[in-house]
Parts: sequence; structure tokens; C-alpha cells
Amino acid sequence: MTQKPESVNEETKSAAGKYAVTMRDVHKWYGKFHALKNINLNVEVGEKIVICGPSGSGKSTLIRCINRLEEHQQGEITVEGIELSHDIKNIEIIRREVGMVFQHFNLFPHLTVLENCTLAPIWVRKMPLAEANAIAMQYLERVKIPEQADKYPGQLSGGQQQRVAIARSLCMKPRILLFDEPTSALDPEMIKEVLDVMIQLASEGITMICVTHEMGFARTVGDRVIFMDNGEIIEENNPDDFFLNPQHERTKLFLSQILNH
Amino acid sequence: MDWLFLDAAFTGGSRDECSAKAGGACWAVIGERLNLFTYGFYPAAERWRVNLSLVLLIFTLFPILFEKVPYRKYALHIAVAFPFVTAWLLVGGLGLTPVETDQFGGFMLTLVIGITGIGFSLPIGILLALGRQSKLPAIQIFSIGFIEFIRGVPLITLLFVASTMLNYFLPPGVTFDLLLRVLIMVTLFASAYMAEVIRGGLQAIPKGQFEAADSMGLHYWSAMRLIVLPQAMKISIPGIVNTFIGLYKDTTLVIIIGLLDPLGIGRASLADTKWTGLSTEVYLFVAIFFFISCFGMARYSQHLENKLETDHKR
Ligand SMILES: Nc1ncnc2c1ncn2[C@@H]1O[C@H](COP(=O)(O)OP(=O)(O)O)[C@@H](O)[C@H]1O
Ligand SMILES: [Mg+2]
Repeated sequence: MTQKPESVNEETKSAAGKYAVTMRDVHKWYGKFHALKNINLNVEVGEKIVICGPSGSGKSTLIRCINRLEEHQQGEITVEGIELSHDIKNIEIIRREVGMVFQHFNLFPHLTVLENCTLAPIWVRKMPLAEANAIAMQYLERVKIPEQADKYPGQLSGGQQQRVAIARSLCMKPRILLFDEPTSALDPEMIKEVLDVMIQLASEGITMICVTHEMGFARTVGDRVIFMDNGEIIEENNPDDFFLNPQHERTKLFLSQILNH
Repeated sequence: MDWLFLDAAFTGGSRDECSAKAGGACWAVIGERLNLFTYGFYPAAERWRVNLSLVLLIFTLFPILFEKVPYRKYALHIAVAFPFVTAWLLVGGLGLTPVETDQFGGFMLTLVIGITGIGFSLPIGILLALGRQSKLPAIQIFSIGFIEFIRGVPLITLLFVASTMLNYFLPPGVTFDLLLRVLIMVTLFASAYMAEVIRGGLQAIPKGQFEAADSMGLHYWSAMRLIVLPQAMKISIPGIVNTFIGLYKDTTLVIIIGLLDPLGIGRASLADTKWTGLSTEVYLFVAIFFFISCFGMARYSQHLENKLETDHKR
């Protein structure tokens, strides 16, 4: 499972097909600020990746480059075999296959829970309303809140809202799911209900890339943990070795900080 | 109060007849000139067309304003035809006797200008507000230039431009209806204000809403129509209605370029020696008309805000 970053450079383009995501020598700047430095990462189909690292280390930037919420300036990113380019059509095709769950849920407050879930299938996948409703209810049941379907997001607790957000992503039947600190904005008692849903999802073969500091989650479902600092991937390993036997000083320092928390 | 009703005279052929009957208000002037106040100089034989337009207006507005109207979906589609049908009814041609637009006047003129302005300034304002935030420099510069220019010039100036200067720019021989020019100017004026009100609403939408829409693969226009604009418009309702009310009342400015709105008719009536000195009655009557329309808009705005309230907790 463990992949050394250097080996990525030898990958030929045709090999991109068997990966869900490949990133080669990716750099990203915000103005003069160098936010991603020479990122190399291959994510296999069905793999569960956990990304951690201190605040401001570039974790969000990295996963947001995968669905082009942020644009990289150098290097090459492919998603499901398609290279990300400036072509907006290309980007929209990729975004259909890549779901994203945000720290602050980003549900649409003027739509009901059900409408939140059916919006993209109807307008992006051109699905008939009845079918979209049926699929939405199926996923709302999966995240255990079918009874809230007709409420507005503002009427739900944070944990419920995040589960709706997950269901909303799933309704597009994405091949890849990106999570950006999905539990960081939640009260402690609600974290578990969201993690349980994510763990169950992980058992279903979808490719997941999660920015999270939830060690329990990382050890239960993660195939690989990636540690970032200062815009660089410092270390990657399987979860057990990563947590028990960190190699780099910065990783050790970071782990001691989150463990003592 | 006594002056208004108890001591008032409601009939009579002139001011002197009024005062002979009662010591209070002389409403007879309104009674005698009611047709003038309503239709301006629209030919009496063709007034049914104005009435029919009003009926159509009501049938168009109801499904737009209220959700619980039966067959609303179909009614909304038919509503698209309203401006064309009404324009045809009022101006004539194609089988109807043509009526020159300088014969329009009174409340009918107010409604024509007010409703055209309101109906067109909202979509144009939305486009300008989106244009102002566009990533394409040409569109952005055009929008900003347009908005700032129009906002920097008083409406009266624009109306003067409409009534006189445009003729210099048009090739000789080409005539361009004065009312149409006024309609365009009033609409553009309101659009600039509308754009700024809506821009305020757009800026209040959190970045996360755009990101969620983008991450689903929605196109720009779908994201705007389904997610951003409904929320931005809701926030902007008070400002939008404020602009509507302002526009509606500003229609009285057309008096300056010689169009006779209710205020103009009122002044003309007072110039009649039979009715001199009754300015209180005349202006009160016009004021009540405007107050009822504007208060109605304000109440509807309140109703809409309550209906759209979905942030129950936060
Ligand atoms: N839109 C932006 N403009 C400028 N700088 C940004 C922007 N987004 C993030 N950054 C900077 O990039 C760095 C990485 O940010 P981010 O990817 O959000 O970190 P993380 O998610 O690991 O906390 C931070 O220093 C942050 O200040
Ligand atoms: Mg982050």
C-alpha cells in the first residue's frame, strides 16, 4: 500500500487510468504565497486516504485542487483518467464524479433537505423528479434521517446537517468523495453519528479522501495516512505505522500535539 | 374629519355651487373629472381597452404574486404575453383604432410607466448586478460604467434627454415615440438602483454556497438561478420594494416634459376657472391614490418576507 513519492514520477500517462486521482509535481500559489509544493500523490480506485497536518499546511488546498475549487499553476492532476484543464466542460464532467463534504456543511438554506439532495441529480444528471426523490430518500435513510426530509437545514442540528450533506453528495453517485474536516465544526456528541456514516460508506468501495484529525476513523478505515506541513507532503504510511512509528520530527511533534489534546 | 366628509359637497357643477351647499370639501371636482383622472385624454369610445388591460393586469399579477392560485403554472406562462397584448390594446393598430400615446394620461399613465419600469428593471437589474461581479472585464466595466453613470444623473435630466436630445442623435425623419423614450429612461434609471440593491444581496451569500454549487457540477447560470439568486433576492426584498415605490412615485416627474399623469391632470383642473382654489381636494385625492398603491406594495413585501423565512433556528 505504501507508495514512495519518488516512484510517482515514473508513472506513464496511460497508467493514470487505474488510479482514481493522480497528482504529479503539483504546485499552487495564492499570489506570492506558495501553498502547495511539489505534490505527488496517486490514489487507487477504492482507496481511503486520510490527510492530516497542522492548520494552514495546505490540506484543504490540496483536496480542493482535485475538483478545481482551486486552480493549480504547475504540474498535472488527473481524475478518473481525465486531466484537469481550463476547459470548463471538462471540469464539470469531473465535478459530477467527485462529491465534496465541507466543514461547514454548505447546505442550501432556502431548500428543504429533500430538495437539497435532488437538486444536482435533477439539474446536472437531468434525472426525472420522481426518480431523484426516490434516490434521495434511499440515501437519507442510509444516513438515518429520512424523517427530516421536508424540514429546512436551519431546523436541524449540526450532526444532522452534515449527514444531509453526505447524503446530498451521494445522490450524484460519485466515484470519489472528498471530505474537508467534516467533523471539526461539530459538538463532540455529534461527531460519532457522522463518523459512523463515513465508516459505513468506506466499506462500500467508494474512493475517499478525507482531511481529518480523527485518529479512530483513520485507523478503522484508512488505507494510507498522509501528513502535510508547509504545503508539502512530509510523510505517508499505513495508519498503524503512521501513528505508532512516525519517521519525521515534524510528524512526531504534530502527533504529540493532537494526542495530548 | 368634518371637513372631509360631513361638511363636504359631493355634487355640483362648480366651486361656487359647492360652497353654496356646504362649508367643507368640494369633491364635486373629482367627480366631474374622474374620467380625466383615470384615462387622461384617451378617446372615450376606446376606453374599454384600458379597462380590459386593467382586468388582464389583475389576472396576470395574481398568479405571479400568490402561490395558491389555481393553475398557477399555466398562468405564469401566459403572463409572458401580457406586455405585448396590453401594448397592442392600448396603442392599437392591427385591427384596433390607433391611439396616440400623447393621449395617455392620469392613473392609466402612472400604471403604464410604473408597471413597465417595475417589470423590466428587475431582470435588467439582476443582469447588471451579476455583470458587475463578472470575471470578464468587458462585462464588468460595462456594468459598472452603466450603473454609476445612471446613478450619477437625476431622473429629470434623463427625462429631458428623452424628450429633447434624443432627436439630435436620431437620423432626421425617424420619430421615436415620446412615451416609449420615457419608458426606456425610467426603466434604465430604476435598473441601476435595482442592480445595486441586488448586489448587496449577492455579497451577503456565503462563499460556501458557491462552492457547494460548483462542486456538484452545476453551470454558472443554474447555480445562480437555483441557489444564489433566490437567497440574494430574499435578502434584497426590502430594498427592491423600496426601489419600486420610488420609481412608482417618480412617474409624477413626467409632468415636466408635458405628459399628464394624475398630478398633471390635477393642475390642469385647478387652472379651470370653475374649480380654482380646490388644490387641497385635488392633491389629497392624488395622494390617496399613490398611498394606496405604495402601501399595497409595502404590505406585499412584508408578506413575502414572512413566507420565505426558512432560517428557523439560526
Ligand atoms: N484563498 C486564499 N487566498 C490566499 N491564501 C490562502 C487562501 N486559501 C488558503 N490560503 C493560505 O494557504 C495556506 C493553506 O491553507 P489551507 O489549504 O486552507 O490549509 P489547511 O486546510 O491545511 O488548514 C494557509 O496559509 C492559508 O492562509
Ligand atoms: Mg482546511
